[in-house]
Amino acid sequence: MSQSPSLNTWSDALSGFHLGGFPLGLLIVAAIPLVFIALYALTYGVYGERKISAFMQDRLGPMEVGPWGLLQTLADILKLLQKEDIVPTAADKFLFVIGPLVMFVGSFLAYAVLPFGPAFIGADLNVGLFYAIGIVALEVVGILASGWGSNNKWALYGAVRSVAQIVSYEIPASIALLCGAMMAGTLSMQQFSVLQSGPYGFLHYYLFSNPIAWLPFLIYFIASLAETNRAPFDIPEAESELVAGFFTEYSGMKFAMFFLAEYGSMFMVSAVISIVFLGGWNSPLPNIGALALNDMTSGPAWGAFWIIIKGFFFIFVQMWLRWTLPRLRVDQLMYLCWKVLTPFAFVAFVLTAIWEIYK
Amino acid sequence: MSEYFSNIKIGATTIATGMAITFRHFLNAVKRKGDAGIDDADYFKQVDGLCTLQYPREVVPTPTIGRYRLYNDIDDCIGCCQCERACPVECITIETIKATADDLGACGKTSGGQQKRMWVPVFDIDVAKCMTCGICVSVCPTDCLVHSPVADFSEFDVRNMIYHYGNLSKIEAEAKKKKLEEEKAAKEKAAAEAAARGEAPAGRPVPKPKPAPGPAPEVGEAGE
Repeated sequence: MSQSPSLNTWSDALSGFHLGGFPLGLLIVAAIPLVFIALYALTYGVYGERKISAFMQDRLGPMEVGPWGLLQTLADILKLLQKEDIVPTAADKFLFVIGPLVMFVGSFLAYAVLPFGPAFIGADLNVGLFYAIGIVALEVVGILASGWGSNNKWALYGAVRSVAQIVSYEIPASIALLCGAMMAGTLSMQQFSVLQSGPYGFLHYYLFSNPIAWLPFLIYFIASLAETNRAPFDIPEAESELVAGFFTEYSGMKFAMFFLAEYGSMFMVSAVISIVFLGGWNSPLPNIGALALNDMTSGPAWGAFWIIIKGFFFIFVQMWLRWTLPRLRVDQLMYLCWKVLTPFAFVAFVLTAIWEIYK
Repeated sequence: MSEYFSNIKIGATTIATGMAITFRHFLNAVKRKGDAGIDDADYFKQVDGLCTLQYPREVVPTPTIGRYRLYNDIDDCIGCCQCERACPVECITIETIKATADDLGACGKTSGGQQKRMWVPVFDIDVAKCMTCGICVSVCPTDCLVHSPVADFSEFDVRNMIYHYGNLSKIEAEAKKKKLEEEKAAKEKAAAEAAARGEAPAGRPVPKPKPAPGPAPEVGEAGE
């Protein structure tokens, strides 16, 4: 349970909400992040990606459907729902069907430990961070299942590369987050945010209060791009090389599942990085003398707003990087992971330890 | 070893430069690129802004001398069929009916004052076939067939791509044909009666007999 009595008020209240013996509140607690993934993936994920990429490429993006193309994602979802759900005859049917499901579940399970504000968290585990890193590895099983089950050599190439990439980049990512855990002294996600709160707003964030925090921050950001198969590490989905990589053979709702899983894990890593290094649901505004901006912008609803905004900011940076950088080759990717990120992650680990001891 | 660090430095600086460029483009997405054409001196100076043209709401105007969709002003058409004969792909179909003498007033005059002598019940242009070569426009004696600046005229049904410019309905066309045949029949009857009476047909001069040929010219004098 949480240390502070005022935390998790909403999610505790919801989990105690029973309707005739049926724990309806728990269902709602689980449904909220799911709805959030779906909504966010629809609106900001698809629409934002298309518009941001368009503006960066001097074009307009979707403009026809709805004003400024706002209803474009709705049209896309309706289209995907109507598409024929094909399972190739030569495909391993069980693996083919289960691949996207496992991937989506792996990406969605991590939302259980994300605090959407001081009043709401799915499960306030005291090993929240460890759980979040570990459960994302379930996506690997889903990717392998869909790549192998497609009975398609391109899909298999994509799946195998993706697995190599994700498993390799787990190491610098975990070490970087370990640096963050050292700074906080805990693995609980709510405690990360609580320990970074204070009247001076963003100055309490570990990124700004710790001289060495920028290194694990950068390392985790780069490693998280590789975790979510996001450009420039998107060899598994290399649109121009492998058709669609491990989801070449998928159509209709299963394709939408992959899609949701990818955008869901994008938001998840953005949320994790903003919780560990940027204060989570704390307001960045400082209390300037009499103008108590921090107090004015803190609270359960404000907390949800701040963490979502920070998540969106990192998603913007991820999209920005996608449309700036060319794709890395497989050997360059592995070089980057093992020869650059991992050594620097160890260096950051040692430096953070020194800082924490002598602080 | 130093190559390792310089690689990292190069990587970081190039990423930062690239991101700056992309971000600048992102921020410039509120402007439109200028519409200087390739002939303008500052064509290469317009670097910032969106370059999408939201067709069909925003159109590059078609040049006035451009050859696009054909238009026929049927009131000026004298039914000469020059355009039909000139067309290389035979996309124009014309049927004409000669106007009877008493119908000339109804047939009317072209805008240049020329008396029209033909009804044009069928004037079909298959604009799907038309290759906009402009030959028909150049041979039209009254300039009734012209190019319009319309370049975008797609249809769902290909039969709607045949434009009908004829200005007589079928019933009217039948009536005019009948009238013409009646006039012809009346003329033949009058000519037959006149021939039966031994006179020349009305209004025709009597041909004079040819003079008898003189002696054949000598071969040597012909050249003088």
